[in-house]
Amino acid sequence: MITLDAIKPGEKCVIKKNRARGVVGQRLMDLGFFPGVEVHVIRNAPFVDPVDVQLERHHVSIRHEEASFVEVEKL
Amino acid sequence: MRSEIHRIALTGQPNCGKSTIFNMLTGGRQFVANYPGATVSIKTSTFMWKDEKITLTDLPGTYSLSSYSEEERIARDFILEQNPSLVVDVVDASNLKRHLYLTFQLLEIGAPLFIVLNMLDVADKRGLRIDAKALSHALGLPVVSTVGNKGKGKNDLKNGLVESLHNSDRKKELFKVDYGVLEPYISNVSLMIEKSMVGKELPSRWVAIKLFEEDEIANRIVTKECSGAKEILSFVKNAAIEFEKDHNDSPRGFIAFRRHIEAEKIEKSCVVKVKEVSVTLTDKIDALVCHRIWGPLILAGVIYFLYELSIVRGYELTNYMVPLLEKFRNTVESYLPIGSFIHEPLLRSLVLSVVTSINSVLIYIPIFLILFALIAVLEDVGYMPRMAFILDKLFRRFGLHGQSTLPLILGGVFVGGCAVPGVMATRVIADEKARLATILIVPLMNCLAKVPLYTLLISIYFAKEKATAMFFISTITIIIALSVAKILTLTLLKNRPSSPFVLEMPPYHIPTIRGVVVRSVERTWLFVKKVLTIIMLVAIAVYFLTNYPSISATRMDDYTRRSEDIKNTFLNGIQRTSFYEQLSSDTALAHYLSIEERYKNEKRALVSSSDERRDRFEKRFSERYPTIYPFLNAKGKDGRTLSKAFKQMKRDRAMLFMEMRDEQLHGSFLGMAGKALEPITCFAGFNWKVNVALLSSLAAKESSVATLGVLYQPREEGQTLEQRMKEQEQGFSPLHALALMVFMAMYPPCIAALLMVKMEAGGWRWVFIALGYPIALGIVLATIIYTGGSLLGMSGKQAMGAFYGIALLVAFLLGKVKGPVFHEEEDFFEGDSFDGKEVNHI
Repeated sequence: MITLDAIKPGEKCVIKKNRARGVVGQRLMDLGFFPGVEVHVIRNAPFVDPVDVQLERHHVSIRHEEASFVEVEKL
Repeated sequence: MRSEIHRIALTGQPNCGKSTIFNMLTGGRQFVANYPGATVSIKTSTFMWKDEKITLTDLPGTYSLSSYSEEERIARDFILEQNPSLVVDVVDASNLKRHLYLTFQLLEIGAPLFIVLNMLDVADKRGLRIDAKALSHALGLPVVSTVGNKGKGKNDLKNGLVESLHNSDRKKELFKVDYGVLEPYISNVSLMIEKSMVGKELPSRWVAIKLFEEDEIANRIVTKECSGAKEILSFVKNAAIEFEKDHNDSPRGFIAFRRHIEAEKIEKSCVVKVKEVSVTLTDKIDALVCHRIWGPLILAGVIYFLYELSIVRGYELTNYMVPLLEKFRNTVESYLPIGSFIHEPLLRSLVLSVVTSINSVLIYIPIFLILFALIAVLEDVGYMPRMAFILDKLFRRFGLHGQSTLPLILGGVFVGGCAVPGVMATRVIADEKARLATILIVPLMNCLAKVPLYTLLISIYFAKEKATAMFFISTITIIIALSVAKILTLTLLKNRPSSPFVLEMPPYHIPTIRGVVVRSVERTWLFVKKVLTIIMLVAIAVYFLTNYPSISATRMDDYTRRSEDIKNTFLNGIQRTSFYEQLSSDTALAHYLSIEERYKNEKRALVSSSDERRDRFEKRFSERYPTIYPFLNAKGKDGRTLSKAFKQMKRDRAMLFMEMRDEQLHGSFLGMAGKALEPITCFAGFNWKVNVALLSSLAAKESSVATLGVLYQPREEGQTLEQRMKEQEQGFSPLHALALMVFMAMYPPCIAALLMVKMEAGGWRWVFIALGYPIALGIVLATIIYTGGSLLGMSGKQAMGAFYGIALLVAFLLGKVKGPVFHEEEDFFEGDSFDGKEVNHI
């Protein structure tokens, strides 16, 4: 299973599972990281981390570390 | 007649335009209060509509109502405990689905809800048309559409609110999230709670759901309010395990997922996509602003403009503040009793020194207003998260956060900031550990008040390499601060909760002028209020510490004798003039001295004014002081004699005063402290005079140079402080100066900044840390430079280079040290964290 941090800018994927618990889990759910949601990885920050992803109509900036909790399937 | 005041709470997710709705309803007049025991401030304001008095409380923006952040806890507790008559939920129409996620939680908590469908214009631009009626129908709640930043829908909203306040029809069918396969468990637990609830009336379904969400608050409520708490909790625990086994998902994840699904359903039922907008303007701007190369460049430009406009231009504006504040001082002075030729009454000198202290801080008001306005613009536009996005990686190496950028900039990354707004700006940092680290290092930046001492020392001891020295001092601070931040996060803050970097990047907005003005004035006012109270107290303390114990009686007699000589010389000088008779009395002379000073001050302030105003000023003086006025602008031969003798006397008297002040300071408590510290500070190259200057600037750093001015008195007329110091401290070398400069760079925050630390970090403990570690660090670094440099026989320039190199190396190595990685919190159902202990609180 690949995770969101492995998706390159410009690629799209669909969330399969949000493995994060605790605060990360909560924040990710709050911002719409649910199974079935399509994620478009837009760009990395100038120093690589964090990464800007688009979920439906909003953008979220997330570190690779936190992105590694999200299991996805490449589109 | 209605006397009842309705209390309404305003909630919503971040970036939903909540503040604009608040300002729209209340007109921006507000009362800002810090929520007890918390760093989050809550705004409250009252407005009238149709004879109804409504108190509106703006709750912090939250994505949901869990127990994970302070904002969420505060918003939730307010609704639970304060029982507002109505909770207004502001929803972003262009992002309805995500915002409904919070709405559902508000419904479950049992709050009487009212929906404001805001930002319809943004939705429109994205090709979305929203049917407010359908939304109202689906949720069973009143819905009003608005465009907050354009003031659209204001009256509809106010009417709707008043109507809802009187519409007590609570039996209406409200929307309920269907939790599907989890429903049987929820209703079971809900029933158990209902049966055993002995305390408060709380919606049992909400408590049950919260239990399954593994939320801290639910455990506490059940333990406290339910007689059968143990049974309920163990039932939930077992049910959760069973559920996870059957459905391959935790109840918590499942609950969130169901909310998401239901929100999607509702969105589908009331949103029509008119056209598909694939690339928005925000996307286009972001492609540039967050670009790998352009992004940092734009950021540098933004920082440059922030400095240029607030610090440079704002500093020019302070020129307009000076006469105002001087006038204030003069007015105060005119009401104070006048002393004799040599004695100033306690009341007079005390009040004047307090006023001077306050003025030295109030002078910065223009800078603050501009700075806060620009920050409000950046906040409203939506640039802040982008700034964090660009710099997060760099800062993270040092235990900080992308959001630490702004506080450090405001504190004066290079030269000329202020720690007060800097510390204030740490409020937005989501990561507790990084937030505290930032609060503690912001005062290491180069605030405006440190600059006078730098310039003084550089112009004396590094005159040939001014630029190098300035570059050194303005960059060394950030290098040291980063290292300090890393060390703090590895030690003192090791166990502080760190939170993930999951940040929404909202669409860009055009800020409203009113919102910007309101916020900049509000924040400046908050600062002024603090200054007025605290600085006053500190100024009084400093006054007594420097004025007591007073000079011994025998020494005082000596001064009195010398003052008599000066006076007699003056009187002898004017003996043959027509003024002699009137000035020979002691009181007349003291009167003349004090009024002459004020006359000159005020006249100077009027230099560029019209003739008419100057005439009015002369007339006022002549009327108010008919006996003194003739001396002020005396003409003719007698006038010249008087003026000459008077000048000489003033000079002699000033010299005598200086000497007295010096002796006074010597023997005062502060002077004694300065001397007592000499054995320690001598390794850093500081003598007692420097110690006194440093001690006296604890209240306000500006006074370091002023105190040195007192300590190094002019021996000849017209000597600048630079010349005086150079001449009187023959033993002082550039190495001394360098050590002193670095110590000043590490200087602990001023009182106003310490107060901000108290406010933002939330405890006196942090104030002591913020005060203590920079002193220790400063002494250590200054000692390394001075003692180390002397032992190695280095010149000031060599020591500067060596120190810079070492600091860079240390920072680089610390940046390589792996910090503690973010760990997921322990599951609430496992381990011993089930006792409902406070987390995150200080």
